[in-house]
Amino acid sequence: MSAYSTNEMMTVAAARRLRNGAVCFVGIGLPSKAANLARLTSSPDVVLIYESGPIGAKPSVLPLSIGDGELAETADTVVPTGEIFRYWLQGGRIDVGFLGAAQVDKYGNINTTVIGDYHAPKVRLPGAGGAPEIAGSAKQVLIILKQSHRTFVDKLAFITSVGHGEGGDHRKQLGLPGAGPVGIITDLCIMEPEAGSNEFIVTALHPGVSREQVIEATGWQIRFADDLGETAAPTELELTALRELEARTAAAHGQTGGEE
Amino acid sequence: MAELISLAEAVQRFVNDGDSIALEGFTHLIPTAASHEIIRQNKRELTLIRMTPDLVYDLLIGAGCAKKLVFSWGGNPGVGSLHRLRDAVEKGWPQPLEIEEHSHAAMANAYVAGASNLPFAVLRGYQGSDLVKVNPRIKFIDCPFTGEKLAAVPSVRPDVTVIHAQKADRKGNVLLWGILGVQKEAALAAKRCIVTVEEIVDDLDAPMNACVLPSWALTAVCHVPGGAHPSYALGYSERDNRFYQAWDPIARDRETFSAWIDEYIRGTADFTEFQAKLAAQQEAK
Repeated sequence: MSAYSTNEMMTVAAARRLRNGAVCFVGIGLPSKAANLARLTSSPDVVLIYESGPIGAKPSVLPLSIGDGELAETADTVVPTGEIFRYWLQGGRIDVGFLGAAQVDKYGNINTTVIGDYHAPKVRLPGAGGAPEIAGSAKQVLIILKQSHRTFVDKLAFITSVGHGEGGDHRKQLGLPGAGPVGIITDLCIMEPEAGSNEFIVTALHPGVSREQVIEATGWQIRFADDLGETAAPTELELTALRELEARTAAAHGQTGGEE
Repeated sequence: MAELISLAEAVQRFVNDGDSIALEGFTHLIPTAASHEIIRQNKRELTLIRMTPDLVYDLLIGAGCAKKLVFSWGGNPGVGSLHRLRDAVEKGWPQPLEIEEHSHAAMANAYVAGASNLPFAVLRGYQGSDLVKVNPRIKFIDCPFTGEKLAAVPSVRPDVTVIHAQKADRKGNVLLWGILGVQKEAALAAKRCIVTVEEIVDDLDAPMNACVLPSWALTAVCHVPGGAHPSYALGYSERDNRFYQAWDPIARDRETFSAWIDEYIRGTADFTEFQAKLAAQQEAK
């Protein structure tokens, strides 16, 4: 087994969550990297949809923007952006919404809008993009981001895209069609919502990661599943596919993509 | 029928101070040349509408042309922040910027509603999002048939829309392809529409069902090859990712930004001269 980085472990663990044939609405950056790794390894028939319009994109290099030509040229079809959101997402045809985030809380709610007060922001973040409706309407949502005290917070300054809201059956009360976030994949562990409360708890640690490291990197009192597992280390096949994808991307763009 | 005129003339005649204006193009076909011309002609108090402000609105905001921004994702794609947008929102420089913030789904729907001549768009969205708390133009309505609670946002109906496309014919019919974003909807939602194109040809030779905007639905067509740079036009150019990266340090400081637009935009007569100057600078590096 080759040595691998924690970022590689995160991407591989996220890629494994996409079953073959799933229709996946992909955010740019880390989600796009993991989704394309899935397509190149365990799930060759995964259907990747990008909000700019490509359906069934099969890029050989990672896109730097959501509308790179590579996405259009490798897609089964390219439709207008309005159609993506109206017919394909709101129409109920997305199995998995794959999102990144600036911050998440214990119910998988996402902030990508602002740190501090909205009207007098400390840091103005890019904003919502497609995420609020992806989080609402995709049948399931996966979230991928690097874990730290600053990104996994007890209380979000702003809920851009709702996860399980205030927990429990709050999504149902809000009338949201999708099941919401079913997994948060980080560079340290995998979290899943606890049955009933829908609070995210750690269900698997990545190899070599301790509970203390996860507690240290989480802004709420994180809990661990009784049957806490360990993520399988990346296989040679997974690592090779990921590194070749990154190398092709770097050669094409002069940067690797997806590390934002 | 659209008039085939220069971009300078189109902006001079069809973009007014105080207009609401949508320069659309989802990463692809962004009408950058038009934003330069708006800065050269010093148009003021504009309400800027665009899903992804991108560099094209970072320019207009930093140059002091904007009083309001309607948007749904404001970053430099693959790079990071739009520093001029952030400086305007966080510090009010060069002037305060009112923002009306949406999600992509809502804005895309709002353009569709605008092109459909409807007052508002309806969608299943925004439930549970704090955007509802900070944007009073997001409302909820009850479906008259099922009672389902649905989100409503006002339609987007700009005074003027500007888009970039691959081809026009000599009558001003326009053909575009690749990632189309909301350009067709934005063009048809607007009172006036200016299109810059890569090429003017005798015959569009458009496949059936292609995205063609007929001349009679447009106001002006302007020949501006490369006018989407650093965005791209599929079949003509590639996205200039290095420029997006280079923009970060230029836009980060007020001084470097102001010096850059003084030299490269206000200091050039048109987009062709801008391109020549930029190419010379890049060669010198």
